[in-house]
Amino acid sequence: MAGNSQEYISHHLTNLTYGKLPAGYVRHNADGTESELTEATWTMAHTKQEAADMGFMAVNVDTLGWSFGLGALLMFLFWRAAKKASTDVPSGFQNFVEMIVEFIDNTVKEAFHGRNPLIAPLAMTIFTWVFMMNFMDLIPVDVLPTIFGAMGVHYMKVVPSTDVNITFGLSLTVFAMMIFYSIKVKGIGGFMGELTLQPFSAKNPVVQAIFIPINLILESVALIAKPISLALRLFGNMYAGEMIFILIALMFSAGAALAIMGGVLQWAWAVFHILVITLQAFIFMMLTIVYLSMSHEDH
Amino acid sequence: MNINATLIGQIITFAIFVWFCMKFVWPYLLTAMQEREKKIADGLDAANRAERDLELAQEKAASQLHESKAKAAEIIEQANKRANQIIDEAKEAARTEGARLVAAAQAEVEQEANRAKEELRKQVSELAVAGAAKILGKSVDPAAHSELLNKLADEL
Repeated sequence: MAGNSQEYISHHLTNLTYGKLPAGYVRHNADGTESELTEATWTMAHTKQEAADMGFMAVNVDTLGWSFGLGALLMFLFWRAAKKASTDVPSGFQNFVEMIVEFIDNTVKEAFHGRNPLIAPLAMTIFTWVFMMNFMDLIPVDVLPTIFGAMGVHYMKVVPSTDVNITFGLSLTVFAMMIFYSIKVKGIGGFMGELTLQPFSAKNPVVQAIFIPINLILESVALIAKPISLALRLFGNMYAGEMIFILIALMFSAGAALAIMGGVLQWAWAVFHILVITLQAFIFMMLTIVYLSMSHEDH
Repeated sequence: MNINATLIGQIITFAIFVWFCMKFVWPYLLTAMQEREKKIADGLDAANRAERDLELAQEKAASQLHESKAKAAEIIEQANKRANQIIDEAKEAARTEGARLVAAAQAEVEQEANRAKEELRKQVSELAVAGAAKILGKSVDPAAHSELLNKLADEL
């Protein structure tokens, strides 16, 4: 049972990875045999270890695929709504999309004190996309992996935001934009000044010179902490959430009493999780807006 | 938990979606919404204006109605006056005509009577001559006694 549970959890947390295995790599096949690769090969990883050994040159097909699919679905729906947008009375889905647009527009107007036509669409993309990625968490953990397992796909991690690559992909893009707009608005000098001349400053040039490295260290840490915290907050919340769903799912195979209790817990956690996924999507969007607003502000 | 090229894929995907959203989604939706907002505001404005217009029109209609009622009353009064006048005139005309007719009739009667008198007078003088002739036994020459006869006729 213990071994099974561990295997079950580990299986759920393994990505479907496509990548390059180096020449001379010894693969452990499912039937217990071993085979050595004669040359570097692009292939699907059969085990977690293989995925790790692929290094950077690998792609988590499942999370990236779901992430792309969900985003494409969203964009298609939005595009259709935008195409139909008119001054007539909106109805149904059109109304729903306009509600989102209005919500985002108000939030951006409140938090972003500059003029940049990129911010609002960026915020909308982040909010809706992250929400959709988080939403995959509410699909019972075994449903999609079982369906894909039946089709011969061994690993299927369906919640993209439980993959650090996905969350860092978002936060690093935001980080790049922060740097870009900081330099664009304030110039390289202004940006460097922001990094070195505060929080400590002095009238005396000698003291100021001493402060510069201290400021640089402090501000650099603060700057770099932004994308890391942004990514890890989302990742941590969703990973923990999914882990609890997996643990609850384990109860279903441990007797009737535990299964019933598991059902109740599953329901309760799912309800609570609706709040979490929305909140995390909102926080990610809000912090993005705030960070970019800070890069636009000249001191 | 491995950091791998998924990161790059996600960054590219993200960039594409944001670009798409900025290019093909956001502006259309926002423009449509703003235009609708303006349209609704205009509509409300128009409704307010229409209400004011209606009020004015009602006021105007009321005043016109009042005016026309007064005018109608005036016209009726004038018509009544005129009718009375016509009746009076007709009465007056009838009275004059009646008087004239009576006067004419009286004049004719008088004339007739005078003519009858004249006739009678003539006949009386003839009868008198005839009578006198009988009495005298001989004829009376009317020419010789014309003076006498005329005197008689005048006396009659």
